[in-house]
Amino acid sequence: MEKSLKIAIKELNFFYRDFKALTDVSLDVYAHEVTAFIGPSGCGKSTLLRCLNRMNDLISYIRIKGSIFLDDQNIYDPGMDVVSLRRRIGMVFQKPNPFPKSVFENVAYGLRVNGIKDKAYIAQQVETSLKAAALWDEVKDRIHESALGLSGGQQQRLCIARAMAVQPDVLLMDEPCSALDPIATQKIEELIHKLKKTYTIIIVTHNMQQAARVSDITAFFYLGKLIETDETDAIFTRPKLKQTEDYITGRFG
Amino acid sequence: MFKNSNSVQNRRKLLQFIMFGFFKMSAAINGIALLIIFYFLVSRGWRAITWTFLTQPPIDSMTRGGILPCIVGTVCLSLGAIIVAIPIGVASAIYLNEYAFQGRILRIIRLGISNLAGVPSIVFGLFGLAFFVVYLKMGVSILAGALTLGVLTLPVIIGTTEEALRAVPKTYREASLGLGATKWQTIYRVVLPAALPGILTGGILGLSRAAGETAPIMFTAAVFFTPSLPSSVFDEIMALPYHIYVLATAGTNIEATRHLQYGTALVLIVLVLGLNLMAIIYRARLQKQH
Amino acid sequence: MATSSHSGKSRYRTEKIIRITFFCISLASIATLALITIFLFMEGLPIFKEVSVKDFVFGQYWYPTDEPPDFGIFSLIVGSLSVTVVSSLISIPLGVLTALYLAETASAGIRQWVKPIVELMAALPSVVIGFFGMVLIAPFLQEVFGVATGLNLFNASLMLAFMSIPTICSISEDAIFSVPTELKEASLALGATHWETIARVILPASLSGITTAIILGMSRAIGETMVVLMVAGGAAIVPISLFDPVRPMPASIAAEMAEAPFRGDHYHALFATAVVLFLFTLLFNLAADYISHKYKQVGASTL
Repeated sequence: MEKSLKIAIKELNFFYRDFKALTDVSLDVYAHEVTAFIGPSGCGKSTLLRCLNRMNDLISYIRIKGSIFLDDQNIYDPGMDVVSLRRRIGMVFQKPNPFPKSVFENVAYGLRVNGIKDKAYIAQQVETSLKAAALWDEVKDRIHESALGLSGGQQQRLCIARAMAVQPDVLLMDEPCSALDPIATQKIEELIHKLKKTYTIIIVTHNMQQAARVSDITAFFYLGKLIETDETDAIFTRPKLKQTEDYITGRFG
Repeated sequence: MFKNSNSVQNRRKLLQFIMFGFFKMSAAINGIALLIIFYFLVSRGWRAITWTFLTQPPIDSMTRGGILPCIVGTVCLSLGAIIVAIPIGVASAIYLNEYAFQGRILRIIRLGISNLAGVPSIVFGLFGLAFFVVYLKMGVSILAGALTLGVLTLPVIIGTTEEALRAVPKTYREASLGLGATKWQTIYRVVLPAALPGILTGGILGLSRAAGETAPIMFTAAVFFTPSLPSSVFDEIMALPYHIYVLATAGTNIEATRHLQYGTALVLIVLVLGLNLMAIIYRARLQKQH
Repeated sequence: MATSSHSGKSRYRTEKIIRITFFCISLASIATLALITIFLFMEGLPIFKEVSVKDFVFGQYWYPTDEPPDFGIFSLIVGSLSVTVVSSLISIPLGVLTALYLAETASAGIRQWVKPIVELMAALPSVVIGFFGMVLIAPFLQEVFGVATGLNLFNASLMLAFMSIPTICSISEDAIFSVPTELKEASLALGATHWETIARVILPASLSGITTAIILGMSRAIGETMVVLMVAGGAAIVPISLFDPVRPMPASIAAEMAEAPFRGDHYHALFATAVVLFLFTLLFNLAADYISHKYKQVGASTL
């Protein structure tokens, strides 16, 4: 299959006040692939992820230089509509964060805020998303009960379903399994595998085995710089740089 | 080099024992003082509390009869106050906590709020007199009193609402924005519902604060005596705190109306502390949930 | 997916309008503070056509209804300051020690009961405390100390202390509680007793918070009206003894405003007294704000 470019990050620099969190990061992300960001804590991988849907805009004292193109459109253009950008780029967070609403309302939320009122369409879309997130069978009998009653793993799949309900192109996952047990983690990983047919997925992870298991491309970050990026197999078996090898073999980080 | 003799160690322990004793004693003094006030009001006031007392207006130059107009007045004034204070207070808190960025403007607004909270109640009373009663020509009325009390409770509402908003996890906001919700949709659909119990607690506290204040209503709403219940917001009104003050200091026969004073004071603190207790218990239950 | 019901531009405009609306509403507090200042001055300044500022503030005699009247509020200011100082001699130790008890030595079970007690103290209506001081404490003082009247400086200070303890206690407790545990553990690990740790580490680290608490407590005492109106005794004299009656500024305003002819000299003089009172509390509050910002507790760096 011909690879098509989805996101192009160009010469991105990121500052928290005077602290430079990202330096000259350039990276291409292709559609229908899973790209993993790995690196030790504080290397800037989460910061970069949050640049992709401009979630960092919530912080007042940041500065950004460079550009990020999503389908040839610079998302840092002054005219960019951040709200619809965020609809196109879904995000799943470290800790499962369902709203204190029912399972149904959690998934329907994105549709409602985007102005959809057609009840039948919403109901159908909720079901489709929950099925796609492999959660439907577990929750279909208590879809109108509070989402906070679900287990951690179920909550995280609910958050994935919630993100998918608005039909984004890209899914950003910020260490989605860090708060989950191994069995729940395995379910999410299987899900990621299934979802890449439909979405472009970028996952930040601490866990190198996870990156090796789920991703096609791996990018290694260190101290705010992109050190090396390659096909995941290549990175984990024959890294080009010593630094990457040291991290992967557990010599630091 | 170290004097590790037993006497030194014992002295240190004794000092600690004494100091901790002081801590405990101070806390006990507060508790005892509160108990004394309770005991005194309840023991002397409960006999005055009768059905007639609660449901009849005062008669015979306020030496007999009940306090119904005062209860109605206090309910009107304090409800009026939070009807004024809640929308403004909640909106202010939303701006401060959800929209404003750190900076000079935020600093100035916060300074304004903390200074407003520190304005003496009698100054609120004079302000209410000069501004609402005289300048805006409302006259001595429920409206003027409720507005004055509303301004006074504003900082309470802002403070408790901000606390409630801060307690809403940041991830709720991020999740909502991440789904393409606008900021206002996020606040309206996610943040406010999650903060609602906390905001309600603040409303109850504001209500109780407004119900107990005397000085701000002295010149803006309250009068010694009205024979009838109010029929519009432009009527003047009787109120529990002011009634206590009047009976205790300016009545025609202060000693003869003592039991009425105790009774009125008891009704007032049951009302005010009851509201507070409600808020405290409600909040404790909320904290347990989280 | 069905497209959004409205375009990005109009959505942006709506959001902007909402944000600006909230901003404007949030200015209400400052606007009110400004209005309070303006109206106090507007109604208070005319008195200075009759007396000079100096005679008003330092004048010994307050006979507003005499012919000719005397508008000197010096004894009222002294009355206010004296009840504030005496009450803080009681409320500061009690408030701070109770805060230490709550934050450091009380067990979780007791804490759960004592904290609501402090909150309830704060919620007691001032008129009830004034009433209590009038009918119970005053006769008691008269009998025990054999003084002419139980309605005096001491009684008022006692009641005011009761009202400012909750303020002092709860703000101090927050400050003490937010001292980082590492600091405390470091001291304990060096062999200091818990008390020594409190005296040498925790108190210095929370000093700015406690100072703020004390100032706000005093501000509450100086501005409190009903208590001083009902139990201070009401004599416009400079007190010599602890058992002299006094007439603090709020008491004078509250007692006389109802009888002062509208926009007469007496009326203006009472507003001018309120200006002085307002300036006092403003000063207290600004000082508290300054201290809490200047010496902000930032983790371990405050030691």
